[in-house]
Amino acid sequence: MARTLSVCPFCGCGCNFYIITKGERVVGVEPSPGNPVNRGMLCAKGWNSYEFIHSPDRLTMPLVRKGGELTETAWDEALDIVSGRLNDIKKEHGPDSLAFLASAKVTNEENYIFMKMARAAFGTNNVDHCARL
Amino acid sequence: MAGLAAAFGSGAMTNSIAEVEEAELFFITGTNTTAQHPLIGTRIINAKERGAKIILADPRKIQLADYADIHLRHNIGTDVALLNGIMNIIIEEDIYDREYVEERTENFDQLKAVVSRYTPRVVEQITGVRASDLEEAARAYATTKKAMLLYAMGITQHATGTDNVKTCANLAMLTGHVGRPSTGVNPLRGQNNVQGACDMGGLPNVFSGYQQVANEEVRKKFERAWGVENLDGKVGLTITKMMAAAQKGDLKALYIMGENPMLSDPDSSHIELALSNLDFLVVQDIFMSETARLADVVLPATSFAEKSGTYTNTERKVQIAHKAIDPPGSARDDWEIICEVSERSGYPMNYNSTRDILKEINELTPSYAGITYERLVKGYGLQWPCLTDEHPGTPYLHKDKFTKGLGSFLPCDFKPVSEVPDEEYDFLLTTGRVYYHFHTGTMTRRISILDREAPEPLVEINPDDARRLGIQNNDVVELISRRGSIKAKAEVTDRVPKRVVFSTFHFHEAPVNLLTNPVFDPISGIPEYKGCAVRVRRCA
Repeated sequence: MARTLSVCPFCGCGCNFYIITKGERVVGVEPSPGNPVNRGMLCAKGWNSYEFIHSPDRLTMPLVRKGGELTETAWDEALDIVSGRLNDIKKEHGPDSLAFLASAKVTNEENYIFMKMARAAFGTNNVDHCARL
Repeated sequence: MAGLAAAFGSGAMTNSIAEVEEAELFFITGTNTTAQHPLIGTRIINAKERGAKIILADPRKIQLADYADIHLRHNIGTDVALLNGIMNIIIEEDIYDREYVEERTENFDQLKAVVSRYTPRVVEQITGVRASDLEEAARAYATTKKAMLLYAMGITQHATGTDNVKTCANLAMLTGHVGRPSTGVNPLRGQNNVQGACDMGGLPNVFSGYQQVANEEVRKKFERAWGVENLDGKVGLTITKMMAAAQKGDLKALYIMGENPMLSDPDSSHIELALSNLDFLVVQDIFMSETARLADVVLPATSFAEKSGTYTNTERKVQIAHKAIDPPGSARDDWEIICEVSERSGYPMNYNSTRDILKEINELTPSYAGITYERLVKGYGLQWPCLTDEHPGTPYLHKDKFTKGLGSFLPCDFKPVSEVPDEEYDFLLTTGRVYYHFHTGTMTRRISILDREAPEPLVEINPDDARRLGIQNNDVVELISRRGSIKAKAEVTDRVPKRVVFSTFHFHEAPVNLLTNPVFDPISGIPEYKGCAVRVRRCA
């Protein structure tokens, strides 16, 4: 069993816990006793926060709509389609015909380069997220 | 956020979670804290057990009502009138902090002129709150030294949300309750990295650290660092404007990372029309959400357990999380996917890890300059602003002066909800969450224990109304608004006042946002989730 320090994925409290793993499987969480936010405690959501990680519903392959259906596709092809279509649309309709929604659930680093991509790579300030909701 | 930024110069929670336990009084409004921020809720209850007072202003009888010394059950959407009424009493009885007002604030005369119209009698008529309760609350809040004001989306999710926030800020400044420990104006954030998404510039008007895109010097700095020319200085579209532009055909492509606007946005049938009208929709997520189903390309991302990086909690504290396991199948970290798309679009980013990215954030974001990887792995996080490697971080803001200098009183007048009940739609629907679920339920509904406790959507209805309509517990009822209808089981409870029904947005089977009214606060762009007119019908 291994323990890895993490931050609860749910509300804005930011409780710290250790993810308990057995090989590649998460088997539980254990609240950080020293962290001043939660001091060894968690709520019902926090204690159970790991279960969805191994849900059979997780997406495991890129999907591309082909003939109306979302179809499993290799990464290379999916990424080329994303960048190709975004750049074609930008060329034809200008950068402000594109928009980007960042996430209140991913890391700071990911949000930072997401907005950097929107602004530096595609040239638009059409960047927002769902914090209002 | 916009309201607080205008008043104080910063839109974040002014104080810290740890300070909650030291507070002597709480003014809690529009936050069901024990359900939504349980570890903050626990601290409030601990403080109460040690003698702290609780003033709760909430139309619903939430769990904290059991602990409250005073429960002001004002009518939905009458927050400005309620708070103005409290200030009216505080000024009238001369128990405001005169020295603080003179030294640290501006526009007091304007505030005084506006709130003078909100006498206890006028306020009682608008809000339904008895004058004597209002007076008791006003005196207690004004005369307690460590008085902490907490709020969340019950304040912001109104067409007048910015006015509501400004009015909370007015009240706290009037009584000198900003700039000391265990005081302040504290918006509680609902998702684990909302604060970080804002801090990192996931907004149409700012780069990271709220550096304005309209400021040429700021743009020059980012142009140099990023190796590009001509960054756009024009403010971009908010999410609600994006949806409108998509529907009109002006917006052609949307790239959504880890969000589910199909369930979380108001008037969802219009959202579906907007998203379907795009030429190209990319959704990057861990599950096939209602939004991902509409996409042209779906990219599988990693969950929190499969990646390393930092998150910023509601008290501005940046904390680090480490990767515990490998992702399922060929799912990849969001940051790696973004780097790939960017590189293929002719703008390579060249990061090897999130640690590299954090270093760049430190270099370009003054409030995050001292929040380095090396310091984060050693301690329990750092609160911004943290300006240098030696800076200890900032547990509470606006200590000797406000971020913007003088704090500004920004008085507002009461405006009713946009859609007032009438004969046809005779109830007000207000929406929220339950303890066991999170947001649109994509994660918590896949957790067996949580789903066991709250397996299905419920509509709360007052016993008086239920009797009149022949509705009993667990009867299926239909809620009908001008925009759509949903069916769910009734829970007959006096948690809701008469002529009000409550439901949540966790359940795709009864998507409450089919009903909600897409009117928005003109400044923050937040929709009015907390009040729209509906009709209630018992299904045979």
